Amino acid sequence: MDIIVENFSKNYGPQRAVDNISFTVRTGEIVGFLGPNGAGKTTTMKAITTFLEPTSGNIRVGHFSIFNQGEEIRKVIGYLPENNPLYTDMTVIDYLEFIARLHSIPKEHIFQRILEMVAICGLEGEKHKKIGELSKGYRQRVGLAQALIHDPQVLVLDEPTSGLDPNQIIEIRDLIRRIGKEKTVLLSSHILAEVEATCDRILIIDKGKIVADGTTDELRRRSQGSEMVKVTIEDAEPNEVYQALSELETVETVSFRTGMDNGFEVQSKAEMSSKRDIFLLCKGKGWILTEMTPFTASLEDVFRELTTH
Amino acid sequence: MDKILIITRKELKQFFDSLMAYILLVGFLGFSGFFTWLFGSDIFLVGQASLQTFFAIAFWTLFFFIPSLTMRMIAEERKSGTIETLLTKPISDWQVIIGKFLGTLVLVCIALVLTLPYYFTISSIGKIDHGSVISGYLGLILMSGVYISIGLYASSISCNQIVGFLLALLIGMFFHIIFDVISTGFTGLPGEVFSYLSMATHFESISRGVIDSKDLIYFFSLIVLGLVLTHRNLARSRS
Repeated sequence: MDIIVENFSKNYGPQRAVDNISFTVRTGEIVGFLGPNGAGKTTTMKAITTFLEPTSGNIRVGHFSIFNQGEEIRKVIGYLPENNPLYTDMTVIDYLEFIARLHSIPKEHIFQRILEMVAICGLEGEKHKKIGELSKGYRQRVGLAQALIHDPQVLVLDEPTSGLDPNQIIEIRDLIRRIGKEKTVLLSSHILAEVEATCDRILIIDKGKIVADGTTDELRRRSQGSEMVKVTIEDAEPNEVYQALSELETVETVSFRTGMDNGFEVQSKAEMSSKRDIFLLCKGKGWILTEMTPFTASLEDVFRELTTH
Repeated sequence: MDKILIITRKELKQFFDSLMAYILLVGFLGFSGFFTWLFGSDIFLVGQASLQTFFAIAFWTLFFFIPSLTMRMIAEERKSGTIETLLTKPISDWQVIIGKFLGTLVLVCIALVLTLPYYFTISSIGKIDHGSVISGYLGLILMSGVYISIGLYASSISCNQIVGFLLALLIGMFFHIIFDVISTGFTGLPGEVFSYLSMATHFESISRGVIDSKDLIYFFSLIVLGLVLTHRNLARSRS
């Protein structure tokens, strides 16, 4: 089942949280939703799960539209809301049973299904505790368990790994990847490495607009219109080198590498290479060039480039 | 209907898990028992085999207890965000609201059932009018329905439980006593209107054993009104 978002906009009073965005998440695809705080990720997810009504535009899940078939959508969606709200005075088992009943799971399967979820999410030792007594990581697992309990076709997860320790993060990532093979998954995250490791495709949203949509490789390539090199130049006055590098014709920007006196990052102008110029500069000035390493932009750089203005 | 009962069950379970239910039961039975049997114009002072004394006391105790049951119903779900989990499950807003309404009503009914020994005791002492006892209990249940409905509405206004409690009491106060007081100051049509709006008018007639459609319409229209307003508030949080 695909998630199809068409010209979706959402206003909170006079403020426009999401501005006319469109995208599709296909079956068998895991899409990561990235963006700075307040970019509109959560709002979009709330609209997909029928919690919020769009100001304009339409959202469809499979053949169902959120406007008149909301209840059909809610049957097929598993949703982990932001901040993972739970009934803190219920026990884990009671809570999962409550959710399972709401999803009309047949009575004879409920108990077995709960045990399965408890095993998958690693809640074995905590299942009889009240949710309020659990640590954040365990609560997060309960949140995931309730989202998965009815074996949904579509998963919408708002920051699924927040509060988990590194081992749990890897477990949950594996779980999501396994589920994502045959289902439709949209997840949001602040952790870029996680999105890179889990997702097939990335959507970057900023100020309510989609600023990038593609695989991690595509996004890197796009921001890499220009060549980047790390250089180390010794036997020279750093500020003088900085000045000289900046003045090269092919160089766009120069910056100091953190923690090094004589290391620099040089970004060339689009479609140009500055490597030869840097070498010739050093040769002419009698500086010692001890390192010159081309490097690719990390996803962090892409993200920063797209979302800071 | 299934879905409504799932919510009802959950609310009841939460009442009993959180001690709220026990506090209500002990408090309600304590107050009504004390004033019915031991103090003030109690049954022995009245000297009649009737539950009128108990009904008059329950009329007030329920009025104060019900807002404390309903105050968290929606406010807490909003505050903790669980309303989002709930409303994104295959269940309609109406089912959630009616489920919560019934959950509270069932708890009140449990409290009332526990007062049945009063009835057995008195009927063994003297000749009691069974019809008026039944309609008296019916009156208490209907009145509770009205205040639960008002309480749900008050709880749906904000995410603050205290606001939910005080607002429910404030609105309830009008129906419980203020309209009654006002009606005595007017003659003619305004007096009749205020008198009709007063809970006491309808409760007294029903607890005397008169089940009149005029009274039933009053109770049910207030219940429906409260629930419709609650639904509107819930729907507004989606936009």
